[in-house]
Amino acid sequence: MGVATGNGAERLVALYRTMVRIRAFEDAAEEASRGGVAVLGQQLDATPAHVRGPLHLSTGQEAVAAGVCANLERADYLTSTHRGHGHTIAKGGDLARMMLELYGRDGGLCGGRGGSMHIADFGVGMLGANGVVAAGLPIAVGAAHSIRIRGAREIVACFFGDGAINRGPFGESLNWAQVWKLPVLFVCEDNRWSATTATGPLTAGEGAAARARAYGIHSVAVDGNDVEAVDGTAASLVADIRAGAGPRLLHAVTYRVKGHVSVDPATYRDPVAHQAALADDPLARARARLAELGVAVETLEAFARDARAEIAAATAAAAAARPPPAERAFTEVQDCGAGRWRS
Amino acid sequence: MTTTYVQAAADALARAMRADPRVVALGEDLGRGGIFGQYRGLAAEFGAERVIDTPISEATIMGAAVGMALTGLRPVVEMRVVDFALCAIDEIVNQAAKNRFMFGGQGRVPLVARMPSGIWTASAAQHSQSLEAWFAHIPGLVVVAPATPQDNASLLRASIDCGDPVIYLEHKELWGESGEVDPGAPGELGRACIRRTGNDVTLVAWSKAVHWSLAAAAQAAQRGIDVEVIDLCTLWPWDRDTVLASAARTKRLLVVHEAVEVAGFGAEIAATVAEMLGVRVARLGAPRIPVGYAAALEAEARLTPGAILRKLELLTDRARPAMSGKP
Repeated sequence: MGVATGNGAERLVALYRTMVRIRAFEDAAEEASRGGVAVLGQQLDATPAHVRGPLHLSTGQEAVAAGVCANLERADYLTSTHRGHGHTIAKGGDLARMMLELYGRDGGLCGGRGGSMHIADFGVGMLGANGVVAAGLPIAVGAAHSIRIRGAREIVACFFGDGAINRGPFGESLNWAQVWKLPVLFVCEDNRWSATTATGPLTAGEGAAARARAYGIHSVAVDGNDVEAVDGTAASLVADIRAGAGPRLLHAVTYRVKGHVSVDPATYRDPVAHQAALADDPLARARARLAELGVAVETLEAFARDARAEIAAATAAAAAARPPPAERAFTEVQDCGAGRWRS
Repeated sequence: MTTTYVQAAADALARAMRADPRVVALGEDLGRGGIFGQYRGLAAEFGAERVIDTPISEATIMGAAVGMALTGLRPVVEMRVVDFALCAIDEIVNQAAKNRFMFGGQGRVPLVARMPSGIWTASAAQHSQSLEAWFAHIPGLVVVAPATPQDNASLLRASIDCGDPVIYLEHKELWGESGEVDPGAPGELGRACIRRTGNDVTLVAWSKAVHWSLAAAAQAAQRGIDVEVIDLCTLWPWDRDTVLASAARTKRLLVVHEAVEVAGFGAEIAATVAEMLGVRVARLGAPRIPVGYAAALEAEARLTPGAILRKLELLTDRARPAMSGKP
């Protein structure tokens, strides 16, 4: 939630709570996407899924969202990816209205027009998830350029995946941000998978941080499953950016626990390597660290209970909510030239 | 005052920038006035911060403009030529055009994307296209194609004030066109202009094709064909009322455009008029070929008043028997 306060245990507790809320949200969304799954036109499950369409889960990547966003103010901007629930929650977005949106219901953050892939909460500066890989980078850079022109004080956090660094807008945007020394924190949330193909063998050179350095952008690689490391590194980079030093890049290596979408069993992954990666769970690591710091297990369990209750209320409300009126398919398209336009 | 198509736009943008500090311009070579001079004098008046010389990064020029528009600016984006806007097609189609709708109206994208269109003499296949139909097909976009200096002043201002993304298609060969311009005359998007009144055929055109069409209409008049020439001005939304009212009276419609005829925007207009009025319709556009370099090849892709005249004669059953065996 916005800025986590305090140091040591207090700060880690806040980070952990954010991660627990994200995990609980993703688990519930995954569950709500089951049923109604059709393969090659054959309905495999008669139960209609509450969450229709592609659902990209950030399960296992919570430390990146929590650690980075703990260093952002409410007014700061954020651009996200197609895997954007965690970023939205960590930025302080409205979790219940996000669940309504996933369910395609009236009252959802985007009024049912966007769904999971197009989550946005402009009220907290969250300028949108994006269905197109690397498409958020130019938008983030433009928001930062606008901050400069308007003489405003915010910064922009720009999340993208490891696959995005192989698209043109990555290079264009890093160059642009560095040319104007714009206030952008580029965050490469490296979950090691480009959809259903491993990114490593398809990526030349040393990856996001090395590429950023070629543009003269100071960049740091960090263990993206260590929320304290993400938080500490982001704090330092954000301080540079707020001081006017120009863009920075954080390369956080994490792991995508689920498939590319919720119904993807990800059988293309090596089972042994997958199990090893699962053992490195960012929430478990944070819990262990909190135990070291003397935080009681009961306290942590209470956080999990709170999160589950919050999510249960959100899913219940979403299931009970009305669908958007059909007329909404025709509004907010454009003012000049709006309408159905049929002969 | 009398001014040129290019200067009218530069003046209109300068007025908009004076009136509203949120208006900025960004694109390649803007600091020296833009490659056609359509930004001449602006960097000197408004500084490099508001008249932004960008790297050759079309995707990020357009995407950054979306980010600027979402956060309180009103960017005017220069794509240099429409052909290069294809490097920014995701940013135009998936980002600028979709943002307002898919995020439920949380944000708006008030940007104007200028992309000079049409054949540019001897510039060949990648600098000569007319792609207005691509953009007219995309919900969320407004598409404007001014044919006169006055419209390039008043429609550019109206586009800046529009509030939604506007694809603004100046013609690469109209920059030197001179005419009377009232700088304060308001422009109205979606309103066509009847450039010549007539009773026998309704001819709809836009951009440079308006000028050829007027020349053809003058020749047709000498042969007793009374042509009404409608300059559409805005392709989306197009002024159906004006076109339908005219075609209902003349009972014949010809749409003329420089773009390839196949799946061109003329098909949309012709189909609408045919469906709603049941009158005779015809189209004239370019053959489905890339624009060639050599003059003899380029000419095959160009519209001419002569070709328009022949089409008018066919449509009004005044065509003389063909001299050759060609159709």
